[in-house]
Amino acid sequence: MAKGDPGVTTRGRRAAPRSKRAASAAPGNPELVQLLTPEGERIETAFGPDGTEYRVDFTDEEYRGLYRDLVLVRKLDAEATALQRQGELGLWASLLGQEAAQVGSGRALRSQDMAFPTYREHGVLYCRGIDPIMPLGLFRGVNQGGWDPNEFKFNMYTIVIGAQTLHATGYAMGIHMDGKTGTEDGEAVIAYFGDGATSQGDVNEAFVWASVFNSPLVFFCQNNQYAISEPLERQTRVPLYQRAGGFGFPGVRVDGNDVLASYAVTRHALDNARLGQGPSLIEAYTYRMGAHTTSDDPTRYRIASEVEAWQAKDPIARMKAFLEKQKIADADFFADLDEQARAESVHLRERVLAMPDPEPVTMFDHVYPNGSPELDEQRARFSRYMESFEGSAH
Amino acid sequence: MATETLTLGKAINIGLRRALEDDPKVIIMGEDVGKLGGVFRVTDGLQKDFGDQRVIDTPLAESGIIGTAIGLAIRGFRPVCEIQFDGFVYPAYDQIVSQVAKMHYRSQGRLRIPMVIRIPYGGGIGAVEHHSESPEAYFAHTPGLKVVTCANPQDGYSMIQQSIASDDPIVFLEPKRRYWEKGPVELDAPLSAAYPLHSARVTRPGTDATVLAYGPMVRTCMEAATAAAEDGRELEVIDLRTLSPLDLTAAYESVKRTGRCVVVHEAPGNLGLGSEIAARITEECFYSLESPVLRVTGFDTPYPASRVEEEYLPDLDRVLDAVDRAFGW
Repeated sequence: MAKGDPGVTTRGRRAAPRSKRAASAAPGNPELVQLLTPEGERIETAFGPDGTEYRVDFTDEEYRGLYRDLVLVRKLDAEATALQRQGELGLWASLLGQEAAQVGSGRALRSQDMAFPTYREHGVLYCRGIDPIMPLGLFRGVNQGGWDPNEFKFNMYTIVIGAQTLHATGYAMGIHMDGKTGTEDGEAVIAYFGDGATSQGDVNEAFVWASVFNSPLVFFCQNNQYAISEPLERQTRVPLYQRAGGFGFPGVRVDGNDVLASYAVTRHALDNARLGQGPSLIEAYTYRMGAHTTSDDPTRYRIASEVEAWQAKDPIARMKAFLEKQKIADADFFADLDEQARAESVHLRERVLAMPDPEPVTMFDHVYPNGSPELDEQRARFSRYMESFEGSAH
Repeated sequence: MATETLTLGKAINIGLRRALEDDPKVIIMGEDVGKLGGVFRVTDGLQKDFGDQRVIDTPLAESGIIGTAIGLAIRGFRPVCEIQFDGFVYPAYDQIVSQVAKMHYRSQGRLRIPMVIRIPYGGGIGAVEHHSESPEAYFAHTPGLKVVTCANPQDGYSMIQQSIASDDPIVFLEPKRRYWEKGPVELDAPLSAAYPLHSARVTRPGTDATVLAYGPMVRTCMEAATAAAEDGRELEVIDLRTLSPLDLTAAYESVKRTGRCVVVHEAPGNLGLGSEIAARITEECFYSLESPVLRVTGFDTPYPASRVEEEYLPDLDRVLDAVDRAFGW
């Protein structure tokens, strides 16, 4: 069985039963909720493993908007990778290949919803209205996160794998305690993490907590098939979405390269959560087309044919094929969008190059809300030390 | 003014009750803190009076307690987390060190985590392994955390309320073997009139040597000072109270007078609080010292089987032995 195939086999048989109803939705991958095939064909209705019906009803303008998001997010991501290659960023964690999972879920969030990302959710960040320069400050090393998590309802990036799922769970418990669930304008939380994180204790604890406190939370796992070099088979013997059942809440696997299905499944799960129906797990089945980060070399652990097979399922190509076939967008639209993407990436580059290094003494800022006399003394001593160099020609 | 004689455990219990009354955002969470009232009964009766939305029995996972409390804090709550025993805090260590301690810093001050992590700590109760440890140095070593410890019922009552009212994340260490010891507590004094949270306090003035201690060792050192006085030696005892930041102002002043200093704690000596304190006192009081700063600590072994813990833990005789060595230098 090739890496990247859906499901995990144990001694040649599937570890869990298939859903017959879902089989009608995604030929070749019966567990997958899909509304847009890799060839750009629309599927009107898809079914989850519990029989939930998923569909979307977008206007042409909304379809074009989703496509625009996908293209811009990929272009800005590519620009960041280039900036790292040129020494302007210390590191970059590319989202290449995962644009649909991120834009679909990110656009499914309502304004009152709160998101807890990993370090790769540049697409969700973009959908939340945060300036795409922000994460580049972190990877350039001029700050450790520049946006206001409460203003944008998007927490800081979290690099320790899985830790943020507990933060998301606590936040969701707080929503419940504030009485902000049970209505259509209630609040919900989404926790992002990857396939590797599902092995972390924190993620499993988050599953337990969210379940027993019935928290308004969507666990959104982007299964991109690899945790740096380790394939999915090293994390699990069952399809990840099926883990949810053991914790007592529903799980669903969605085609993470299908922006429409990613949107539909996430919106449904968030709305259930805000209505007080508790948590759920979405496994967005996708593929990390690039390296784990710019420090990684995926040719050491995966073969080219696997990558090529996933290229045929590209999230942007299929959306473009759909827009063209349905005559939702014309050549002018695509040309204009290319120009917009180019201009935005140039603008991003210019601003990254202009990002100043922080003043060294600012490393002492914000250690404690109430400050610390010990730290004040260290800062003063450091300032005097630095001042002792003023006027010298070192 | 109502002064009552209370045990340390009860004083903290009433302090928690006051905090719950004063601020609806204060919540208590931990294992067995609800119906049972905690294994040491420090949260006794609180769930009954404040409900299970404010005094929350959590699933049995320490990382989950701290991790979810972070999310609740971001949401605007003020979580008071109980870790049942010192030796059980390590599963939460990542969330405390990598998340709680850094959230304010990483967010450039935008996120505050006004969390209190209560940990009954230290030995002397004949417990099985993992129930008698002194992990304070791990937390005091971590920028972004503050660490305090109480040594008597009055401080237990005041300091827990001050810690909860503080926007800093605070590790609040409770000397479990002193839970049942009684002392006077002024219950009606306003919190603003309480002794400052991050300040050390001279608990016995003296002229011949300075003894620095905190938490469970304060009483031990007070008893040592009484014994020393019978031999004609006046020890000045200082209860440090705050371990991060350290407040050594009174210690510096004292050592400059006495010329001798002994630091006492239960935790292993190697790289413990005593090492840092000795270094700072040496830097600050170098020309006043008649002998090196000496440390009386637990040994650099895992916490031993309880039948030998009396030999492991610093006691009156070991403190006096160190004082003798300081004079014999």
